Amino acid sequence: MPTLELIDLEGGYGDTQVLRGVNIHVDRGEIVVIIGPNGAGKSTAIKSVFGLLNITGGEIRLDGEILTNTPPEKVVRKGVCYVPQTANIFPSLTVEENLEMGAYVREGDFQPRLAEVMDLFPPLLEKRNQTAGTLSGGQRQMVAMGKALMLEPRILLLDEPTAGLSPKFRGEIFSIVKTIHATGTPILIVEQNAKQALSIADRGYVMVDGRTVHTGSGMELLEDPKVGEMFLGGGVSNGDAEAASSTPGHIPAQEGSAAP
Amino acid sequence: MDQTYGLFLYAISLLTMGGIYSILALGLNVQWGFTGLFNAGIAGFYAIGAYVSAILTTAPSVRHLGGYEVPYVVAFIAAMAVAGVIAWGVGKICLRLRSDYLAIATIGIAEIFRLILKNETWATNGPRGVSMVPKPFETLPEPYNQLLFLAMILLTVAVIYWGLERARKAPWGRLMTAIRENEISARAAGKNVERYRLQAFVFGSMLMALGGAYTAHYLKFIGPNATDPLTATFLVWVMLIVGGSANNKGAILGAMLMWTIWSATEILTSRLPDDLAIRTAYIRIFLIGLVLQIVLQKFPQGLLPEKRQ
Amino acid sequence: MIELINFYIVPGLVLGSIYGLGAIGLTLTFGILRFANFSHGETMTLGAYFAWSLVSILGWHPLAVMPLAMVLTVVVILGIDRGFYKPFRSSPTIMLVIASFGMMLMIRSVIQFFWGVQVKTILPGIQLPIEIFGLIRISPKHMVIVGSAIVLMSAVYYLLKYTKIGKAMRAMSDSPELARLTGINTEHVIMATWIVGGSLAAAAGVLLALDSHVQTLMGFKLLLPIFAATILGGVGRPHGAVIGGLVIGLAEELSTYPWIGETPLLNPGYKAGVAFAIMVALLIWRPSGLLRGRTT
Repeated sequence: MPTLELIDLEGGYGDTQVLRGVNIHVDRGEIVVIIGPNGAGKSTAIKSVFGLLNITGGEIRLDGEILTNTPPEKVVRKGVCYVPQTANIFPSLTVEENLEMGAYVREGDFQPRLAEVMDLFPPLLEKRNQTAGTLSGGQRQMVAMGKALMLEPRILLLDEPTAGLSPKFRGEIFSIVKTIHATGTPILIVEQNAKQALSIADRGYVMVDGRTVHTGSGMELLEDPKVGEMFLGGGVSNGDAEAASSTPGHIPAQEGSAAP
Repeated sequence: MDQTYGLFLYAISLLTMGGIYSILALGLNVQWGFTGLFNAGIAGFYAIGAYVSAILTTAPSVRHLGGYEVPYVVAFIAAMAVAGVIAWGVGKICLRLRSDYLAIATIGIAEIFRLILKNETWATNGPRGVSMVPKPFETLPEPYNQLLFLAMILLTVAVIYWGLERARKAPWGRLMTAIRENEISARAAGKNVERYRLQAFVFGSMLMALGGAYTAHYLKFIGPNATDPLTATFLVWVMLIVGGSANNKGAILGAMLMWTIWSATEILTSRLPDDLAIRTAYIRIFLIGLVLQIVLQKFPQGLLPEKRQ
Repeated sequence: MIELINFYIVPGLVLGSIYGLGAIGLTLTFGILRFANFSHGETMTLGAYFAWSLVSILGWHPLAVMPLAMVLTVVVILGIDRGFYKPFRSSPTIMLVIASFGMMLMIRSVIQFFWGVQVKTILPGIQLPIEIFGLIRISPKHMVIVGSAIVLMSAVYYLLKYTKIGKAMRAMSDSPELARLTGINTEHVIMATWIVGGSLAAAAGVLLALDSHVQTLMGFKLLLPIFAATILGGVGRPHGAVIGGLVIGLAEELSTYPWIGETPLLNPGYKAGVAFAIMVALLIWRPSGLLRGRTT
């Protein structure tokens, strides 16, 4: 049974539909990446798990249990942790306090876990009593991820963790993701920097226009010329989507739901 | 006969004050209803208008500034101009900040103005206020003087209503709604949001000053404690929200309705024994507050909802 | 010089510590619930009246009934939150501003109904000031006020710095959205905010009553100074609120000192305007506060 499943998911904000048929699953111990052009609904797909949008069709399952439209504070209690793209730390709290807040729903002593997380991110140990708002961009991302790891989550959701970072920091973030993965935590990432992300991913999904149109292993997608094309154009015509259907692992787009 | 005549006069006074409050509520509607600006200092702009117009028209007095004896129309315009300039200053500072700051600043302006009225006795006669304010048409016999005054008020309300309805349907009004509902996209469309907000704030405050000026002449008196400033501000808010924000008819309906209730309950409670009368006066404020809360929560549209175009 | 200390600086500090207590609650609700709570002044008044009644019933010293007055005030505030603020949790915050504006009048009218409008005294009799080094004279009640304020402020400091709920309050003040995503129970945090803010407001009301009298407008008169202290200290920053309170209190008192010549620099009738002037100046030049608070 997959850890997380998004099945034929549709929904959006208020009356605006963004997701028009999303099928994603993350198995135990996998890194899965969602790529796609701007405005394809990648981040929205991740947010849907967290009850941050109005889901109108399909369902979300966590280890088989239905999670659709659960409010965020309950999703956290079920062991799903989410690192938003921006505003993902408490700037006026210290590094240590940020991590402690990550353990907010955890019962009992969090100190042992704090030590483990600090081991994962050595730079944070030195700055544990520093206000998080004063850290560099890369270190902030470490705090954000560390905060999410405090719960020993069943799955970690990362929304564009490298956005706005310099190439040097980007590499650093991806190596952190690999480190986290090595501890056995499955990870679902939304990423703009498709190449780097796919190179560390077990599998990937391509989203276009609110739908997952294509899937494959990280290597397959990297080598697929169609995928390369999609990111150059920033959008895809129906013809492209149909062409993509010839490749293995394609998920048929749902009939009837109109695309603008 | 006497009783019916008394009732007739009472009805006139009810409509007159209801009309004055309609002007205040329409002013607030420009600020809150159309533009979404919170003004907690209505009483301040009201007082500015009242004092400016009163001082400009009264006969010379040793107790306060006066003796200019200008025509009413000039006094009304001056009252609105002074309030407009002050509103411009407040707006210039606060409208670029988050909405709460405007609320704090306006309540502050109202307080400061009250301090000035109390302390600058040479100009305002301090806590005792300006009395002997002339009243338009007062030389005519009763009830014609009262009727003419009422006609002046109602005509003003009609003119303001007509003007605001035109403005609402014009591009200006649509832009105001757009700013209120989606400031970001209005900004993205290259609109100078601050400038339009400032216009609405200044214009609304000028209407409030006009309402204040009329009151001073109607009651022939104005003092810093003539009305509890907070209660006055609060009443106007309740009127607009009950009547229907962003609907000009709603503002007038709310003002007339709430003023009638306010005034009628005052008559009822004033018949009670003294001690009880004073206490029940507070119950009235409490109940009006409760009405506001219930309308806010359960019927946020008010009696007459906003008309969409 | 001694006159400056005894008649201006000491009263300024006394007033400032009362402002500080009030401003902590205001800055916490401003930061965590994201709205300017207009009824905060009336909360102080309510605390003072509860204390006055308790003193007349029990015959204890006002300081002894203060905890009880704080509890009663908190109970009322939590009830108000449930009935009048909670329905607007996901509405634009300006709705809460309107609701609190209405609540200000409602609380005041209830106080006027039950207790009347006559000025009351909570601590009868005149106390002789105590002389320190034979020069500085401080009346015992002023020491009590400043001492109580320091104790309460330290308690809040401890709560916010070292307890889980306190840290969660600071976290939510930083970002309510992230707090929810982190699994922080935001309703608990809001409750804690009202408990802390309400009890400090009640305490400030009692201390103000000790300093002068109990009257229905006492809290409203504090509203502008504590808003000024809140903005000065940076919205959402309790330690800033304390400093802001002291600055405003001192500025108000010192503004009437005869700095130039024999007459007071500012007509004492305008003392209440000093806070407003400082606030307007801040809004023009440093809207985020001198101590860097939130800007939007």
